[in-house]
Amino acid sequence: MKFDTPATTNPIDQLKVIGKPTSRIDGPLKTTGTAPYAYERHDVVPDQVYGYVVGAGIAKGRIASLSVAEAKAVPGVLAVVTHETAGKLGKGKRNAAPLLGGPEIAHYHQAVALVVAESFEQARAAANLVRVEYRKTDGAFDLARAKDAMGDSAEHKKEDSVVGDFAAAFAAAPVKLDETYSTPDETHAMMEPHASIAAWQGDRLTVWTSNQMIDWAATDLAETLKMPKEKVRVISPFVGGGFGGKLFLRADTLLAALGARAAGRPVKVALPRPMMANNTTHRPATIQRVRIGATADGRITAIAHESWSGNLPDGKPETATDQTRLLYAGANRLSGTRLAHLDLPEGNAMRAPGEAPGLMVLEIAMDEMAERLKIDPVEFRILNDTQVDPEKPERPFSQRQLVQCLRTGAERFGWSKRSAEPARMREGRWLVGIGMAAAFRNNLLTKSAARVRLDKRGVVTVETDMTDIGTGSYTIIAQTAAEMMGVGLDRVVVRLGDSSFPASAGSGGQWGANNSTAGVYAACVKLREAVAQKLGFNSADAQFADGQVGSGNRRVPLAQAAGDGELTAEDGIEYGDLDKKAQQSTFGAHFVEVGVDAATAEIRVRRMLAVCAAGRILNPLSARSQVIGAMTMGVGAALMEELAVDTRGGFFVNHDLASYEVPVHADIPHQEVIFLDETDPMSSPMKAKGVGELGLCGVGAAIANAVYNATGVRVRDYPVTLDKLIDRMPPIG
Amino acid sequence: MKPFSYERAGSPAEAAAAAVRTPGAKFIAGGTNLLDLMKLEIETPVHLIDVNGLSLDKVEPTPDGALRIGALVRNTDLAADERVRRDYGVLSRALLAGASGQLRNKATTAGNLLQRTRCPYFYDTAQPCNKRRPGSGCAAIGGFSRQLAVIGGSEACIATHPSDMAVAMRVLDAAVETVRPDGAARSIPIAEFHRLPGDTPHIETVLEPGELITAVTLPRPVGGTHIYHKVRDRASYAFALVAVAAVVQPDGSGRVALGGVAHKPWRVEAAEAEMPKGAKAVTAQLLAGAKPTPENAFKLPLVERTLGSVLAEAKG
Repeated sequence: MKFDTPATTNPIDQLKVIGKPTSRIDGPLKTTGTAPYAYERHDVVPDQVYGYVVGAGIAKGRIASLSVAEAKAVPGVLAVVTHETAGKLGKGKRNAAPLLGGPEIAHYHQAVALVVAESFEQARAAANLVRVEYRKTDGAFDLARAKDAMGDSAEHKKEDSVVGDFAAAFAAAPVKLDETYSTPDETHAMMEPHASIAAWQGDRLTVWTSNQMIDWAATDLAETLKMPKEKVRVISPFVGGGFGGKLFLRADTLLAALGARAAGRPVKVALPRPMMANNTTHRPATIQRVRIGATADGRITAIAHESWSGNLPDGKPETATDQTRLLYAGANRLSGTRLAHLDLPEGNAMRAPGEAPGLMVLEIAMDEMAERLKIDPVEFRILNDTQVDPEKPERPFSQRQLVQCLRTGAERFGWSKRSAEPARMREGRWLVGIGMAAAFRNNLLTKSAARVRLDKRGVVTVETDMTDIGTGSYTIIAQTAAEMMGVGLDRVVVRLGDSSFPASAGSGGQWGANNSTAGVYAACVKLREAVAQKLGFNSADAQFADGQVGSGNRRVPLAQAAGDGELTAEDGIEYGDLDKKAQQSTFGAHFVEVGVDAATAEIRVRRMLAVCAAGRILNPLSARSQVIGAMTMGVGAALMEELAVDTRGGFFVNHDLASYEVPVHADIPHQEVIFLDETDPMSSPMKAKGVGELGLCGVGAAIANAVYNATGVRVRDYPVTLDKLIDRMPPIG
Repeated sequence: MKPFSYERAGSPAEAAAAAVRTPGAKFIAGGTNLLDLMKLEIETPVHLIDVNGLSLDKVEPTPDGALRIGALVRNTDLAADERVRRDYGVLSRALLAGASGQLRNKATTAGNLLQRTRCPYFYDTAQPCNKRRPGSGCAAIGGFSRQLAVIGGSEACIATHPSDMAVAMRVLDAAVETVRPDGAARSIPIAEFHRLPGDTPHIETVLEPGELITAVTLPRPVGGTHIYHKVRDRASYAFALVAVAAVVQPDGSGRVALGGVAHKPWRVEAAEAEMPKGAKAVTAQLLAGAKPTPENAFKLPLVERTLGSVLAEAKG
């Protein structure tokens, strides 16, 4: 189905199932421990054995010598895979560095060997006996130094987005800000590590894995193993969190496949937690410079946002300036990213890539600018709202309720009680502050397909390679099929995460919900036509409701259309250029109250509110879960998460969950989420968008602004930790 | 994890004797730290002596009014003990500020004293660490040191001791009771129990080979207001940036010990004479000679401010 004109009324608009707060249909499997995760799939293939990964002990250089003799001598060891034995491998186009290193080492903990043994303990013990001697070479590991080395060279600015004359307008502005900020490297820290089981049957390979993007994984696995994609099957029905860390083929999958080939047995591999931060991808650190010029009455006339990040040679920049091109008005604009070569592990997508670190910075800058202008921060943002793409004013937003989000949030949160002057509110030992930030994340359209089957019992089965990474995909897809086919949720079966199913949008970029359900919608439209034809209805008139198909006075059970067999339809959604004609984005506002211990400067969040305008909310319950989870992640980003870089050795030092802190329950107080009523007919027949990343965008800045409001100390380098406040806290006792 | 043999000890003295019989043996009780370290091959005992069956799990008053805590008393049980909560509140609070409920259910009193540092370089076997591999160097010096020691460190090691419990025991002048392989018992003042790193950071206590902790004894209650203030980036389940254990008497005199700043619980008795003068005066003596890194210099003002907060709280 080609979606190239705005949606009109369709069966989804009935909202009998869609739009209802529905508990996740896979919930009972999860709460009873029966949802099968990759590493636990003991039943799918017999004779499984265990692989354990050896990670490189240097960041850059070559393997000088490699000895596996001791490891091979360990009882139970079946095979050791290294670059010397793996055969010639390709590289998936989505991987910056080879997933199996050697002789060149591209980054710390890059896999250099896999030991396969009868038991996990044997494999792990033998892995420690793989002897690797390295010849280190110098690398670049320090972003600040790399930024300085780049200087002001025009070479890095070739792709800047420039509108009007920023320099002149900024110079002429009566009120201005020019500040530099930084965000650290972050790791996804999802609960389930990367894990795979691989089994060969002749030249065919099956992997049970944990991956957000089935088709990408199958494509890149085939590419790396230099085999036809048709002979690779990837199965990933449940994913214990991904946050972007499982968007791509990673070492667990490749090494399981290579190990299984070497051992002649199915092999399972999980990345040990201490290896994940350096072996896999991470959100890259940024240094960002923001300049804003405004008239005395608060209208932005000039805005510039530049971001520096680093990556391995085939890696990409963190697109931290994207939102600044679209969020606020202003005639003179400049934005761009500058990419430095760093020999740290590969930087790549983590939940809301670009916007998450970008808004952490832009929305502090807006707070600082409001203060300089002596304008309320909420009002300053409202004053500079735009209903059109500020770079291309002929291009409107499809929907843009940023102002409504800001006003609703301010009202509901009690913003008027905030002291505009910082460090004025105190409750006992706590300095109390309130902060806010705008939220923004683009809505991305990408094709997505599904197959729908109707059987003689009237059960509708949906098959698509879409994944559920804890987001609720199973449930919203079931709701979509139930709505379309006029049946209850108990009559719908959803099967996900299998490359033998039609390729979907997958889970990433908050695009999964809208695109995958639109794909199911398309398949259901086709099935409705087939049903109508089978039952002798004119498909345009046929009503699907209560398990029946009807028109006029005639009603026929839906199941009858399947006859003695099954009726199947397959289709997908594809998009025209609606997203070119109008800008599709999601909007929100975050409000946060923090307490800062007057003595120790410990920061604790006290309450949080998010107001979101993100198209039709398909399931308010799972959407709320997405947003509160994202807000929690925002607390981590604001207050504690930082991969510490050892710039001598070139690696992330705190690579386990004892030393890389993420919020615990005690850190997360009252959270409230409000969804504004909205449908976006430009987004898809579902009229929906995503919320999973919107909920994270801006949270960090709202917290940083609240800390400033509480203490009067402006911290521009994340995370905002007590050591950055302590010297400027009020005298004690 | 390397293969190891395993036995259950019949008595404390037998356990101690067994430990010297097999070089490379280790005692295991709760295993909350040792097993993790074995999986990473940071600890590689060839033999484990399980002491869980040794009936050292009672908290008992002694005839002279002290309280004797068996080596195997779990952290959860010790924190909840009525006598501990009443007479040694700083200890109960310190225990509850540590780890998580699940870990406290397993972790023992002796094991808590003996837990290894959380220095991230100690945990990464690809990095040099004098504590893990004597003579290999210290990657933490000049590296990521935000959590590490500001005082009492050496050119060989700037690790901290991670325990909260031990800091409270230090302020309470506890004594560590042991039995040696020859069956002889001794009592070690907690002040002397943990060592500074010097040039042998891998030797962390004064325990001799095979010597087994059987109990920790708390002297007669000293009264006063008991406070344990642990400062950390997140609200729970984190090691201390700094921690202050204090017992403050109504006249303003008292005792104070610090966690998160040194290779051992940090207490300078002479500094306590300054307590009536306030936090600044006490801290000046407590941390005299401190050598922080640029990354952890914040711990110095943080100690002073945290202690100030504690003293204000004690005043009520």
